[in-house]
Amino acid sequence: MHAAKDILHFERSFYGLRPGLEELQEEFASALVQFGYDDAAAFAIRLAIEEAVVNGFRHGNKGDATKRVLFRSSIAKDRIDIEVFDEGTGFNPDTVPDPTQEENLEIPSGRGVMLMKAYMSEVEYLAPGNHLRMSYAKRHD
Amino acid sequence: MPVSLLQIRRLEGSIRIEFVEKNILDEGNLHQIEQEIRTAIETEKNPRVLISFKNVEHMSSAALGTLLALKDNIEKKSGELRLSNIDRRIYEMFVITKLNRLFSIHESVEQAAGSFTAK
Repeated sequence: MHAAKDILHFERSFYGLRPGLEELQEEFASALVQFGYDDAAAFAIRLAIEEAVVNGFRHGNKGDATKRVLFRSSIAKDRIDIEVFDEGTGFNPDTVPDPTQEENLEIPSGRGVMLMKAYMSEVEYLAPGNHLRMSYAKRHD
Repeated sequence: MPVSLLQIRRLEGSIRIEFVEKNILDEGNLHQIEQEIRTAIETEKNPRVLISFKNVEHMSSAALGTLLALKDNIEKKSGELRLSNIDRRIYEMFVITKLNRLFSIHESVEQAAGSFTAK
């Protein structure tokens, strides 16, 4: 982590999830407070980071600890940008069945992408689907 | 034997469960939680299971999946599952995923306990 004047950059490589992901979450949460983000933002971003990195490791890299999940982010006063890269072959998020459809409600998996989309301002998977880009715009209520 | 991630006690004909950790995220922990609950209800005929989220601050989609698997397991034994004391932000995750329709969610442990079908 290094601080420029108005922007803070994070970069982490994951070859497994724990405890590295918790450490990132704690550092990130402290940075969000410094940049004036509220509890709702902190909840949303923690959830999105969890889902993104876990998806990259479990589904992208198939849990292969020799493969990297790369996390990059920048925090500014009004906006947070996050990118997550995995070494998998990618996927088409449009083919994930809608977990809120009645026939899919009881299926235990497939809600991560949906939650990220619900909590973040923008979420997109860049082709071939192993590069996730998302952002959060601070809400001024 | 790993340290338990749950407090489990039996009261008034139901199995009352509380999470020890404030973050219910990691798949390793979730697997352990699922196993602990399955073990607790293993010999029960119509288990009435009440899970309180009193201490929980963060959850993941993997945790929702574990709850679904447990619900299925409990219902296969003709049991009932109730959830209570869910923080409003976590409850929103249930609403977004529409799982609030599938789970029986209550404000308090008392309300949840009172909602079990009379035996």
